[in-house]
Amino acid sequence: MTSYRLPKGGLIDRQSRLGFSFDGQSVTGHAGDTLASALLANGRQLVGRSFKYHRPRGILTAGAAEPNALMTIGSGGRTEANTRATMQDLYDGLEARSQNRWPSLDFDIGSLNGLLSPFLAAGFYYKTFMWPAKLWEGLYEPFIRRAAGLGKATYEADPDRYEKRWAHCDLLVIGAGPAGLAAALSAGRAGARVIILDEHSLAGGSLLSEAATIGGESAPAFAKRLADELETLPNVRVLTRTTAFGWYDGNVVGAVERAQKHVRHPDPNKPVERMWRIVAKKALLATGTEERPLVFGGNDIPGVMIAGAMRCYLNRFAVAPGQRTAIFTTNDSGYALARDLEAAGVQLTAIIDSRAESQFVYTGKARLLKGAVVSDAKGGKALSSVNVTAANGATEAIAVDALAMSGGFSPIIHLACHRGGKPQWSDVHGAFMAPSETRGLVLAGAVTGTTGLSASFAEGAARGATMAQDLGFAAQPFDAGPVDGDIVASPASPLWNIRGVKGKAFVDFQNDVGRKDLGLAVQEGYGDVELAKRYTTSGMATDQGKLSNVTAIGLLAEARGVSPAEVGTTTFRPFYTPISFGALTGPHHGHHFQPVRKSPLHDWAKKHGAVFVETGLWYRSSWFPRAGETSWRQSVDREVLNVRTNVGICDVSMLGKIEVCGKDAAEFLNRVYSNAFLKLPVGKARYGLMLREDGFIYDDGTTSRLADDRFFMTTTTAYAAGVMTHLEFCAQGLWPELDVRLASVTDQWGQMSVVGPKARATLQAIVDGDISDTAFPFLAAKEVSLFGGRLHGRLFRISFSGELAYELAVPAGYCESVADGVLQAGKEHGIQPYGVEALSVLRIEKGHVTHNEINGTVIPSDLGFAKMVSTAKPDFIGKAMLGREGLVAQDRPSLVGVVPLDPTTTFRTGSHILAKGAAQTLENDQGYVSSSAFSPHVGSTIGLALVKSGHARHGEEVVVWNGLSKEFTVARLCNPVFFDPANEKLHV
Amino acid sequence: MASLIPCPHCGSRPKEEFTVKGAALARPAPDAGTAAWIDYVYLRDNPRGAYEEYWHHTSGCRRWLVVSRNTATHEISGSRDVVLKLSAEAL
Repeated sequence: MTSYRLPKGGLIDRQSRLGFSFDGQSVTGHAGDTLASALLANGRQLVGRSFKYHRPRGILTAGAAEPNALMTIGSGGRTEANTRATMQDLYDGLEARSQNRWPSLDFDIGSLNGLLSPFLAAGFYYKTFMWPAKLWEGLYEPFIRRAAGLGKATYEADPDRYEKRWAHCDLLVIGAGPAGLAAALSAGRAGARVIILDEHSLAGGSLLSEAATIGGESAPAFAKRLADELETLPNVRVLTRTTAFGWYDGNVVGAVERAQKHVRHPDPNKPVERMWRIVAKKALLATGTEERPLVFGGNDIPGVMIAGAMRCYLNRFAVAPGQRTAIFTTNDSGYALARDLEAAGVQLTAIIDSRAESQFVYTGKARLLKGAVVSDAKGGKALSSVNVTAANGATEAIAVDALAMSGGFSPIIHLACHRGGKPQWSDVHGAFMAPSETRGLVLAGAVTGTTGLSASFAEGAARGATMAQDLGFAAQPFDAGPVDGDIVASPASPLWNIRGVKGKAFVDFQNDVGRKDLGLAVQEGYGDVELAKRYTTSGMATDQGKLSNVTAIGLLAEARGVSPAEVGTTTFRPFYTPISFGALTGPHHGHHFQPVRKSPLHDWAKKHGAVFVETGLWYRSSWFPRAGETSWRQSVDREVLNVRTNVGICDVSMLGKIEVCGKDAAEFLNRVYSNAFLKLPVGKARYGLMLREDGFIYDDGTTSRLADDRFFMTTTTAYAAGVMTHLEFCAQGLWPELDVRLASVTDQWGQMSVVGPKARATLQAIVDGDISDTAFPFLAAKEVSLFGGRLHGRLFRISFSGELAYELAVPAGYCESVADGVLQAGKEHGIQPYGVEALSVLRIEKGHVTHNEINGTVIPSDLGFAKMVSTAKPDFIGKAMLGREGLVAQDRPSLVGVVPLDPTTTFRTGSHILAKGAAQTLENDQGYVSSSAFSPHVGSTIGLALVKSGHARHGEEVVVWNGLSKEFTVARLCNPVFFDPANEKLHV
Repeated sequence: MASLIPCPHCGSRPKEEFTVKGAALARPAPDAGTAAWIDYVYLRDNPRGAYEEYWHHTSGCRRWLVVSRNTATHEISGSRDVVLKLSAEAL
């Protein structure tokens, strides 16, 4: 390849030599290069294929708006698709691959799509692929997806670290160009806490590509001196390679810092990207402008480039754009490029200025064609000539291999529109300007329409100083000094439609949307800006139309015969540029995705061979397999039978536990539970039902009175946090006059249940006091001394299984040794640990409910708890709404047991209950099985179900129907209490 | 939604620390009648502009707050602890 690197100039380190690869080919560049500048320096203009027509595409811009030069960078888990070569700093060993081509970039079969272009115009998929509908999945969609595409994401895990952090400052400056640097210095020198960020690797913005001098110093050197001074100020933070992607309520700006995306081997102890959330007392938007392309035929041929980008490659990277260049401009900025090209010794053939009246005094050597336009560019994979239409209509072809175009400037106002403000069209500027109301976000520099370096420095300095003064700092505006050699481009009239165009003229390069597509949209009734976007796809994909939107709006306006003001813009939303999932995720993935909660008996259970199950954040022991057991059912059946005949121990630590204290604690509980708690004696536990205000059951659990003014509440595992929040609302918001204090003690107490006919004998061995039925009857709840006074715990005689049962709570740290002590004490009684599966079987056998039944649609009477709704209490949560018509209806679904007629048959939870003989359709649904299990006690599957009038239908034969797996089981409804309905075992 | 919520006890904090419950309504008296209760439990105004909501500083001081938020601009004009009186509108 020919080298296009100029012999001198540029902000590159010519001593360094960075080797990289493009499509497997080895090339080199210098430190200071971007991937794009290094490719251009190597004469590589063709860098990608377009989205729809697979047209050859080159590098169009030098910044964030790049629509064409999207590449896949890196390999393995570090593969990153759709990376803009213009924003990627070069590093040694960088691997880049072009996209959307097969078999190769130079020879791409997909380019045949170009021949089909008459059929692929805007809206083609709405028209061409309408029917038959079934071909969509099999044929059309796979075809379209294969043909039209960007890069492919990797399936491998990303090995790198990402982090998120907050920052607070007095003044945030977004954009470190002339205005931004002047503002940051003005405020920073006065001591304000300033953060200034810029998306490029160096601060300086347009100064880095500028040939003018400031106070006799070159613009890049001046920018460096300012940035260096900012770096020395302890109250100022300069963030480069950092893109502010969104402006949010409360003047919070989100930004991503690409901290290690420019190095070959990222330091594993540091993040590759850091997401900042910056809380700014004041914020300044100094983001400059985006230069617009011009819509002539073949404007996408490699070699055609935005004028400002060409100037950037020339001055900042010392890259010549070609051997024979031309400039097509609508404004004076083209002359700055002309001067710089000629100064660098690059041959400039012609300047085509669309303005017949142009007043600019051009003194260079190139031909100047006033009032002329480039109608078409010619060439295949590289530009070879341009067809120029002169003011008088005459045409001529000019041989060039590089063409710069400037269609005017659009302020980069995206962030200023993120909080709902609408951009305002300005005829003066020929551009959309920021909303008039920007609520605390101040703009300075080119983004306000200001032109020229002097004015931008002055405006930035003034704004920065004023904002610092508003915050109480004695700030003075920074004085940049005299600027020499700045060609100031005043706004010029936009040129939307160009005469004489014959070839494909692109508006949106990334989506292959041409000028004709927009005309078609208007013609077919989709001329509204939002409709046109969807109809043509203009402004979609990774660049979101940064380069194309304003031109598209201009063309729509002309086609509709209205002003761009009337067309308006689509909505600006974050993100300004694509943000990696890694940055958004930060460290919250894998083990850090969510916390893992382990009971204080987790290691104890593990020691005894537990199989664990994840329930929410918790790990619970499911069952404890023993040698010879080959299925979980064998283990669970054994555990259940052992509890029913001997004694078992189970970890129930994950139940929510809340201490309710204060002299009004009893009154408080009386109001949050539907049943009475006011007169619960000290030393007693009571089962409580908590309703929502709409009358439906919220949660249940036992609450024990430990002292007059102290209660110990348990909640279900799943609702522990919710109940705590609910109680806090009641205590703080509803009844602040009650003296009540709440404390979550879930993690402070470990709790185990000791269950079975031999539970008392087991526990008596470690509990110091008498726990006989007389001394410690059913529902007793007391603090007890353990192991001869070595430890105190809380003992509750409550039962979820229907057996003689206790729950023993001890401080979490002692839990494991106490559980081992219980096992030791119960050895002679045949004690075995059991898990949550056996716990579930035991409770279904006893007809006890959980959140399977408390499903948000049941009221107390549905579950047979009608007596737990106090009629005496004047008020409790849910009372007022319980009397509603639908809640007192006789045929409400209610809790019932269900057993198969043939004990060898079974059914599953979730199956529907149908009347015997009813057709198997959902219209005949009468309820569903809410819980089911194999019951060793009954000898078959048993279930709890919520069935229409269930309580009155015991004995009725029904069908349990599972429509999904097409199973049905003949069954009988019955009393939901399968075990010891007389509750004799509880009271032994 | 606002990025930051001012807590009268903890200062300005990220919204992720808070949980919203909804309109800051006063609970009717137990005998207020079905209509008042249906209103309280189910019916909500959806105003454009000023709105008072209950927010819980879940990952902070765990106090319930009344936050005054503008539904159109997301601007938060203030917040106070729930024990302080509700505004006349809510009552």
